[in-house]
Amino acid sequence: MRPGWRDKTVLIKKGAEASLYLEKWHDRKVVMKRRLPKRYRIPELDQTIRSQRTANEPNIIHKAKEAGVPTPIVFMVDVADANIVMEFVEGKQVKEVLDTVSSEERLRLSRLIGRMIGRLHRHGIIHGDLTTSNMILTPHGRVVFVDFGLSERSKELEPKGVDLHLMKRALHSTHHKHAKECFKAVMEGYSEAVGKEKTRKVTAKIREIEKRGRYVSER
Amino acid sequence: MPAKHSEDSYCLGIESTADDFGAAVVSFDGRVLSNINDTYMPKEGGIHPREAARHHAEVAEQVLAEALQKAAIKPQDVSLVAFSQGPGLGPCLRTGATAARALASYLDVPLVGVNHCVGHIEIGKLATGARDPVTLYVSGGNTIVSAFEAGRYRVFGETLDIAIGNCLDVFARAAGLQQRHGKPFGAVVEELARKGKQFVSLPYTVKGMDLSFSGLLTAAVQAFQSGKYSLEDLCFSLQEVAFSMLTEVTERALAHTEKPEVLLTGGVAANRRLQSMLETVAEEHDARFCVVPLSLAADNGVMIAWTGILAYKSGVSTTIEKSYVNVKWRLEDVYAPWVEG
Repeated sequence: MRPGWRDKTVLIKKGAEASLYLEKWHDRKVVMKRRLPKRYRIPELDQTIRSQRTANEPNIIHKAKEAGVPTPIVFMVDVADANIVMEFVEGKQVKEVLDTVSSEERLRLSRLIGRMIGRLHRHGIIHGDLTTSNMILTPHGRVVFVDFGLSERSKELEPKGVDLHLMKRALHSTHHKHAKECFKAVMEGYSEAVGKEKTRKVTAKIREIEKRGRYVSER
Repeated sequence: MPAKHSEDSYCLGIESTADDFGAAVVSFDGRVLSNINDTYMPKEGGIHPREAARHHAEVAEQVLAEALQKAAIKPQDVSLVAFSQGPGLGPCLRTGATAARALASYLDVPLVGVNHCVGHIEIGKLATGARDPVTLYVSGGNTIVSAFEAGRYRVFGETLDIAIGNCLDVFARAAGLQQRHGKPFGAVVEELARKGKQFVSLPYTVKGMDLSFSGLLTAAVQAFQSGKYSLEDLCFSLQEVAFSMLTEVTERALAHTEKPEVLLTGGVAANRRLQSMLETVAEEHDARFCVVPLSLAADNGVMIAWTGILAYKSGVSTTIEKSYVNVKWRLEDVYAPWVEG
């Protein structure tokens, strides 16, 4: 096979926000993340959202690496067309494995995920979409965070609380059987990264967000 | 208590969550025999819970009588009473609950307390034939993206602050628009939006599958007060941004769950622009788009009656002692054994 551009293109994930294509690019297995125009949005709004997210994402992916969180290597960015070419991370989505692995492994994964989230937050990175489908478990047992499409920079407590609240919600909606123990382990890992004091504050914040939320009974 | 389960069994459903007092008769096989509603109209501002409850108490007798009359059945023909037990405004809920308790005791029939949010989903499913949808439930008090999984309607995304309907209402009021009988604020905004041409940039806030409308509302009101933009353009832009946000999170839940249907329900489901956006997304994911009919979009007794029937048939009923209202009853706290998983 001749090395080159687009020898083979396979749609691997049709997400809401972007579609991922598996491609061969200069002899490398890569993921092309394309933010295709959304027909439901008016063009003005659509172009702004797609360009902003495309420009923002590689920046944050880079910052996450500095924070010590494994993320894919970014090879190319095209803001106008809203395309990003990045490394294909071998492994499985945490979503697929979390319910089936042993309980020790489940807790190890959850704690590891918590530690990674803690590192992101310590460096002022808010992931914005913490679900188990956005985390890849590699054959070496590492967890790579892959989707920073909705991420933002902030040092504030509020967005950190929302971020963790989303993680908790994702666990409860997708892994309801183990959600409680998993989230507890996530917070333990988080504490290892940011310390007890900050964890206490963000835990209080999460509780506040939950109560502020719609129809939550006092606990 | 002798429970009849034939299609000749009827459930009387009472809805009083917010500004509507509704009563309806539905047969156990899902025929809607009547659907009567009376809406509290505040002279100014939003819903005052106590005033709304007073309204409900005043119209309850009339609405209930009409529901039976229209259905052409006698009170003795009612074999089940269902009422909305929450979530919602306490005083309003209590008015409906009191009426339901009194009726159930007097008629000596079982009582079922229904979760209002489940009601909106179930009536959407009954009316459209949807079986296992991702549901976007949008109204004045709720904004929820939900899908059924393992015995319950799970919440995949929701508003972190105000509901979409509330956002539209407050903007409309701030812009001096008038609510009219038969035409809620949402419809007034929709009409103006259709005449809008120029898109005004407003904050777009999606956090994972959750949404926030408070920043959008503030920005839209400030843009109006600045006097720089026409009301038509602002209504248009507000709708475009808010509905794009809703559509994005619904699409995300759809991509995540890979469900075969998208169901739009609740009062704001009446909006044509929102319908068309969701239809586009459903199409792209090879899912069937279902929207609740206009007559059942806003709060109504039918959805309560029907959900009551589903619950009762699967062995769920509510004793008088346990029939106190739950103003913060979450959707996912409801065990729904009648849904096939």
